[in-house]
Amino acid sequence: MTDWSTPRVSPVRLRPREVTVRERMLDRASPLRQLDWLLLFAVAALVSVGGLLIWSATRQRELALGGDPHAFLKKHILNATIGLILGTAAALIDYRALRAYAPVVYIASCLGLIAVLSPLGSTINGAHSWIVLPAGFQIQPSEFAKLAIVVGMAMLLGEKRDGESRPRDSDVLAVLGLCLVPMALVMLQPDLGTTMVFIFVILGVLSVAGAPARWVVGLLVAGVIAGAFVAPHILKSYQLDRFRVVANPSAQLGGAGYNVHQALIANGSGGLFGKGLFHGTQTQGRFIPEQQTDFVFTVAGEELGLIGASLIIVLLGIVLWRGLRIASQATDTFGQLVAAGVVSWFAFQSFVNIGMTLGIMPVTGLPLPFLSYGGSSMFANLIAIGLLQNVHLRSREI
Amino acid sequence: MSDSSRLRIVVLRVLVLSILLTLLGRLAYLQVAEGPRFQKSAADNRVREVITTAARGQILDDRGLPLVRNRTALVVSVTRSIVRSQKKHGALELARLAKVIGVPAAQIALLITPCGEKLKNGTKANKKTGCWNGSPYQPVPVKTYASDKPAEVKRVLAIEEHAEDFPGVRAQYEAVREYPGGSLAAHVLGYLGPLTPEEALKPEYKALAPDTEVGRAGVEAVYDERLRGRDGVQRLQVDKDSAVTGTLSSTPARSGDNLVLSIDSAVQRVAEKALADGINRARTQFDKGRGKNFTADKGAAIVVEASTGRVVAMASYPAYDPTAFVGGISVQAYKALTTAPAQPLISNAVQGLYAPGSTFKIVSTASAVAAGYPLSARVYPCPPQFKIGTSIKRNFEGESFGTLDFRETLIRSCDTVYYRLAVDQWSRDGATQNLKTAKEVFARQARQWGFGKQTGIDLPDERSGIITDRTSTYANWVKNKGEYCKGARTRTKGTFRQLFDQEKCTDGYRYNAGDAANFIIGQGDVLVTPLQLTMAFAAVVNGGTLYKPQLAKGFLSADGRTESVLRPVKAAQVPATQAVLDYIKSALAGVVSPPGTAQGAFQGFPLSALPIGGKTGTADVDGVAPTSWFASFAPVQNSRFVTVVMVPEGGTGGTTAAPIVRKIWDGIYGLEGAKAQLAGGVLPTALPVVRADGTIAPPGTKVPRLPRLVPATASPSSGTSALGPFSGLPWAIEPRRTRGSS
Repeated sequence: MTDWSTPRVSPVRLRPREVTVRERMLDRASPLRQLDWLLLFAVAALVSVGGLLIWSATRQRELALGGDPHAFLKKHILNATIGLILGTAAALIDYRALRAYAPVVYIASCLGLIAVLSPLGSTINGAHSWIVLPAGFQIQPSEFAKLAIVVGMAMLLGEKRDGESRPRDSDVLAVLGLCLVPMALVMLQPDLGTTMVFIFVILGVLSVAGAPARWVVGLLVAGVIAGAFVAPHILKSYQLDRFRVVANPSAQLGGAGYNVHQALIANGSGGLFGKGLFHGTQTQGRFIPEQQTDFVFTVAGEELGLIGASLIIVLLGIVLWRGLRIASQATDTFGQLVAAGVVSWFAFQSFVNIGMTLGIMPVTGLPLPFLSYGGSSMFANLIAIGLLQNVHLRSREI
Repeated sequence: MSDSSRLRIVVLRVLVLSILLTLLGRLAYLQVAEGPRFQKSAADNRVREVITTAARGQILDDRGLPLVRNRTALVVSVTRSIVRSQKKHGALELARLAKVIGVPAAQIALLITPCGEKLKNGTKANKKTGCWNGSPYQPVPVKTYASDKPAEVKRVLAIEEHAEDFPGVRAQYEAVREYPGGSLAAHVLGYLGPLTPEEALKPEYKALAPDTEVGRAGVEAVYDERLRGRDGVQRLQVDKDSAVTGTLSSTPARSGDNLVLSIDSAVQRVAEKALADGINRARTQFDKGRGKNFTADKGAAIVVEASTGRVVAMASYPAYDPTAFVGGISVQAYKALTTAPAQPLISNAVQGLYAPGSTFKIVSTASAVAAGYPLSARVYPCPPQFKIGTSIKRNFEGESFGTLDFRETLIRSCDTVYYRLAVDQWSRDGATQNLKTAKEVFARQARQWGFGKQTGIDLPDERSGIITDRTSTYANWVKNKGEYCKGARTRTKGTFRQLFDQEKCTDGYRYNAGDAANFIIGQGDVLVTPLQLTMAFAAVVNGGTLYKPQLAKGFLSADGRTESVLRPVKAAQVPATQAVLDYIKSALAGVVSPPGTAQGAFQGFPLSALPIGGKTGTADVDGVAPTSWFASFAPVQNSRFVTVVMVPEGGTGGTTAAPIVRKIWDGIYGLEGAKAQLAGGVLPTALPVVRADGTIAPPGTKVPRLPRLVPATASPSSGTSALGPFSGLPWAIEPRRTRGSS
C-alpha cells in the first residue's frame, strides 16, 4: 500500500512570541510557582469548611432573633479576605525587612495587651481580652502577641555568633525575658489558653533552636510545678472548675461541665456519617454556647460525623506537615525558627481546642485555627501562614 | 542547615503526629464506640414529652347526679430529687417554701421522704412520721388549695413567678376529685392515691405519667382503667431554651368514661341517715346482759333491686370523707382513719363478717325441705329447750309454742325446731365420725345459696365468709390446734378462754352435734357478709335466682356519643322449688305483724299500702351484745327491693335493725311522712344522658343524639404548640404537665 497522504511537517515558529502574563506567573522563578500550594490549599479548605460550620451554628440563632441568618458567614468571609491580604503582605515582604519589623510588632503587641488592661479593654466570656473599637469591631491583641513572640524569639535566636550552632544560656535568658512581658500581660487578663500556647511555643522554638536540654527540661518541670501548686492560688475558680470537669465531665452538668457535656453529646452523637449539615439536633437546638467560636469543631462532629471531622484533622495535619517541611528546608535559623514557632502554635492550639470538645482537655477559650469565627484570630493565623510562605520562598531563592 | 537542627525538627514532627493521632483516636472512640449512648443523650436533650392528662370520668348515680366529679385546685408540689441537689440539701429552699404555704419546713421534708428511708434519728420514715409512697423523681403534693380563694392563690402563684428561688417546687392547677355528697357512699366510691414506684413498673401502669393517681378503693379502684381514660402524649422537639421547634409524634388525650352506678343517691342518703340514727338510738338503750348501754359502733345497710341484683344503696357505718385523700392525705388524718376502733375505711357491707343468726333460717328451712322434711305440715315441736349431750340449748327467753309448721317457726323464730333437725341430720351423717358419705345437707345447701364465697360484687377485697362442716372443721383443727393447745397450757386455768382452748385442743377435730345445732340457726362458726345475706333474700323473692350484685349500671363516654349498659348477671339458681320459696316468702310476710318477731318495730306501719316481709336475726357473740339483723323485702308480691340492716353489738334484730329498715322503706316509698325518693319503687331503667355541652341530664331526657365518631387521629399540623387539645367540656380540666426526660 502506498501512502498518498501529505508528508508531515513540523510547524515553523516564525518569530519569538511575547512572554504573556500567564507565562510570567508560571515561570519557575515566579513567587507564584514557588509558593507552597498544598499548604495554601489546606488552609483554604479549612477556612471554607469553617464558613459552613459557622453558618450552620449561627443560622438558627440569628433566625430566632430575627436577624440575618448569613450574618456570621458574611463576616467570616470578610475576615478571611482581610486575612488573605495581610497574609499576602506577610509572604511578600522583604525577609530582612521582616527582621527589622519584628521589634515593632513586638512592642505594638505589648502596647495592645496593656491597652486591654486599661479602661479601653472589655470583658467577654470571663476573659478581659478585648479592645472594643467603634462600628462593632473588636480586637483581641493576645492573638497578635502569639505572632510577636514567634518572630521575636526567631530573631533573638537566629542571630548567632560565628561558629556556634546552639543558643547559649544568655540567649535563652534573653528569650525568656522577651516572652515574660506579653505572658504576664496575658495572664493578668486572665487568658489561660493563650498563656499555655506561649509556653508551648517557647518550648518548641527553644528545642528546635537547640537550646541546652537543661533549659527545656527545666522549663517543662517549672511549668508543671506552677500548674500543680501555684495555679490553684492564682487561677479563678471557674478556670479550675474547667480543669476538674475534664477529670469528670458529668460532675457539673449545670455549671462548668455544661459546655463539655453538650459538646461531647454533639460529637458523640454524630456517628460515622453525621446527621447532615444543618441537621444536627445539638447544633440547631443551640445546646452548645459559643459554638461558632471555640466549639466550632462540634458542628463538624455532629453534622459531618467521623468522616467530616477526621477530614478537618487531616487538613490541619497537612498544614502542620507543610509547616514542618518548610522549617526543615529553611536555609537560615531565623526562617527555621519562625516556621517551628508557627507549627508549635497551631499544633498546640488545635490540640487544646479539639481536645476540649472531645473531653480530654480543659475549656480554655482558644479558637480553632482557620475554622473558628473571629477576626483577630483569623488575621493572626493567615499572617502566620504568610510568614511560612515567606520562609518557603526564601529557601527556594538560593 | 545542620543535620542536628533537622533532627530536632523530627522531634517536633513526632509530637505533631502523636497529637493528631490522639485526636483522631478519641474522635473515633466517641463517635463509633460510644456513639449510641450519645445519640440517646442527644435525643433526650431535644425531646420533651408533654403529657395532657386525660380528664378522669365522673361517677354518677342512676339519675345522673354526680357522686364524684372533678374540680381544679392549685397544687403545690415538691420534687425531692431536685430539692436535694441544692445547697445544704435544699434546706434554705424548704424554709422559703414553708413561709409561703404555712407548713413547717421539717414537715415538708418528711412528707417528701420516701417511705422506708432511714431518718437522722435512726428510725425509718413511715406512715406515722409522714413519708412519700411514690417515686422520688416525681412531684409530691404538699399542699392543695381550692381555686376559689384568690388571696391564697395569688401568694402561692408567686412560687411559679420566682421559679429560680424554688427549684423543684411547682404550683399548678390540677384536676382533683370532688365529692359533692361528702362522705355519701364513700365505701362504694373509694378514693385515689399516687402510684408507688413498684406499681409504676407494672405493665398495666407503664403508659402512665409517674404522678398519676389511681383508684385505691371502691369503684374508683375496680373501674380505674375505664375511668382514667388515656393521657395524651406529644413528643416535641425543643432547643436549649425548651422552645418548641417541631412535633415528633402526638397522641390525643381520651377522657375517661363516666361511670353510672345503680346507686340512687337519695336512697343512699336515706339509708345512711337511718343507719346512723338507728345506731345512735341503740347506744341510748340499756343492755341488760352486760349492764351498760349497747356499744353499737358499726353497721351496714344494703338495698338491692331484687330482680336484677343491682345495688340501690349500700351504707357502712362509720363512714369517712374521701375528700381527705385529695392531693395526698395528711399523716394525722390517715392515722386517725386506720387506728379508729370502728375502722371507718372498712366497708361492713362487704368486708364485715358476722354470724347471721336467725336470718339464716330461710336457708335452713329450704335445706330441711330439700332433705325430705315436710314443708307445710304442723309437725315440728317447739319446746323451750333442747338437750344436746350434756348441754342444754334454750330458745330466746325460753319461749315455747307447742307444735308448729315452718311458717310459724319462721314467724316466731323458734330455735329448738331447728336444733332437732340439725341433730337428726348430724346423726344420719355419722355423728362425730368424719365419713366420706356424710351428706352435710345444711352446709352444702348454704354454699349453694351463695354463702362461704364472694358474691362477685364490683368492689375490691370482698370477704368470703365461713360455712363449717365436718371437712372444714377437721382442716381448721389441723391448722389451729397448736394455738389452741398452747392457750390451754398457758391461760389461767378455769377461765372461759382456757376451757375453750382445752376443748378445742383435744376435741376440736370433731364436728359435734352442738356445732351442727349452732350452724342451722346461723350461730357458732358461721360467718357471712351482709351482702351475701341480701342476695340470698333476693333469691327468695325473685324466684330463686342468685344474682351477682352490681354497683355499675353502665358507662357513658365523655362526649355522650357512646354508652354501654351492664346487664344483670345470674350467678346461680338456689336449690329450692318455687313452692318452697313462695312458702318462705309468705311466712316472712307474717314476721312484721303479730305474733312476728318484728311486730313491735312495724307497729302502725301501713302494711296495706306497702305489704312487706322480713326476718329478724339476733346473733349471740361471745362477750359482747348480740348482732342485730333485719332482712326485709317489699312489696310482698312482685318484690322490688331487698333491704338488709346489720348492727353489731346492737341488741335484738327486732329492736335495733328492724326500725332502721322501716325508716328506709319509708324513705323509698314515702309512707310515714318522709318524701318518697322512689315513688312507687320505680327505678330508672335507662342511663342518664350527656347533653351537647357535656353536662349530664337525667335518664329519658331528650337530647339530639350525636353521631358515633370514628376515633380521631391527630392531625400532624395541630401539634406545633405546646398546648394540648382542649376539649371544651366543663369537666374536662386538662392540666398540662411536662415530663422531663432526664
